[in-house]
Amino acid sequence: MRTVDVSEISQAVRRMYLEMNVAVLPDVRGAVEKALADEASPAARYALSQIRDNYDVSARTGLPLCQDTGMAVLFITAGQDVHFAGGDLYQAVQQGVRDAYRDGYFRKSIVSEPLFDRKNTGDNCPAVIHLSLCPGEKVHILAMAKGFGSENMSRVFMLAPAAGEEGVLNAIVSAVRDAGPNPCPPVIVGVGIGGNFETAPLLAKKATARPLGVHHRDERYAALEKKALDRINALGIGASGIGGLTTALWVSAEYAPTHIAGMPVAVCICCHASRHGEVTL
Amino acid sequence: MIQSITLPMTPEVRLNLKAGDLVKLSGVLYTARDAAHKRLIELLKKGMELPMPIRDQVIYYVGPSPAPAGRIIGSAGPTSSYRMDSYAPALLDLGLSGMIGKGLRSPEVVEAMKRNGAVYFGAVGGAAALIAQTITQAQVIAFEDLGTEAVRRLTVRDFPAVVLIDSRGNSLYETGPAQYGAHA
Ligand code: SF4
Repeated sequence: MRTVDVSEISQAVRRMYLEMNVAVLPDVRGAVEKALADEASPAARYALSQIRDNYDVSARTGLPLCQDTGMAVLFITAGQDVHFAGGDLYQAVQQGVRDAYRDGYFRKSIVSEPLFDRKNTGDNCPAVIHLSLCPGEKVHILAMAKGFGSENMSRVFMLAPAAGEEGVLNAIVSAVRDAGPNPCPPVIVGVGIGGNFETAPLLAKKATARPLGVHHRDERYAALEKKALDRINALGIGASGIGGLTTALWVSAEYAPTHIAGMPVAVCICCHASRHGEVTL
Repeated sequence: MIQSITLPMTPEVRLNLKAGDLVKLSGVLYTARDAAHKRLIELLKKGMELPMPIRDQVIYYVGPSPAPAGRIIGSAGPTSSYRMDSYAPALLDLGLSGMIGKGLRSPEVVEAMKRNGAVYFGAVGGAAALIAQTITQAQVIAFEDLGTEAVRRLTVRDFPAVVLIDSRGNSLYETGPAQYGAHA
């Protein structure tokens, strides 16, 4: 049995959000630079060069990469031999998010009730927390800041098993095509296949945090990722949606067991301002 | 080639702009997003005066992040314009010369732009810290209680943008992807 004080969790969460909102991930920067080098459209080059220069301005000024610093989403995997001490784990996570968004001068974008009042909570809380258990004594946290321009363009399709690979590809490509310029392309596409109505989107969202350039370990899914990326980039939507060769930087797919009667497919679209971090405590 | 455009825009300037033109904007503009637009339209319905001039002016759809100490504004990239579509035609009919945002517009907005000779500019979503560097003055002039959504008067220098939809209704969102997509 290992004791982890929840204040450690708060501090780790705070640190991750302060960093991810300001410092671009190296794989994202690399993919944007490659897109800029390959781009044929002058307008898309104008957009991509601004996206690249924005990284340096953020690093220099400490201003967030995007003014929409997102809704905080955390996947926490706790070892079952960990004892959390010193307070409520959930509250500790919220405190870390609250501290980061205050100290980083990040935008607070959360409303407490969605339909009638839409009153801002003022501290970017509550964060969305997915907690699961695993064997052992470690705590792993995957933290994301998810902008809503792209979240609003994400989709779930409840396909029939007979739809097959072509059906999955059509679902992915149609989600990106329908989104057009709205999710701030070039995008990163996370795909969740299988599971059920609520787990497919979780798979898809987690997939957006896989390092760009890394394919699925199952070569059939790796091939699906490649085909999807090629078809998306053939759409010509381009950076900012104004026409260009790179609409998506990467496609990552994950799968899970599902029911004999179904094949859920979730497509999580993440903008080029893909912000996430991981830590193991 | 990148054209330099002065804000507010005279009719000659805006009628000459074409979808796909790359521009740098300098001068004065106003910020407003969903909540501010809702209030502007309510004021108009009540026959009351608006807190800022509209004729020849440009509105930027943005909700900046808070300004850290020593800075005039936080990161300030565009937000999705479609959420302003139901409000925009009334402002265009009052002489609004341009809008800056990102994403598609409704046919009603495009019709109102053609009717009034207005332009829709795109700024790059996610280039928010870079755009903030082009803002040299910022002042909240109305609806302060809305926080990030308050109406601000901004002075900008060389704000990078592209003409997405011109005053004749031509859209780069149609011509651009058609030119660079693979037609299998
Ligand atoms: S979709 Fe992403 S890049 Fe675009 S405004 Fe939202 S957070 Fe920023």
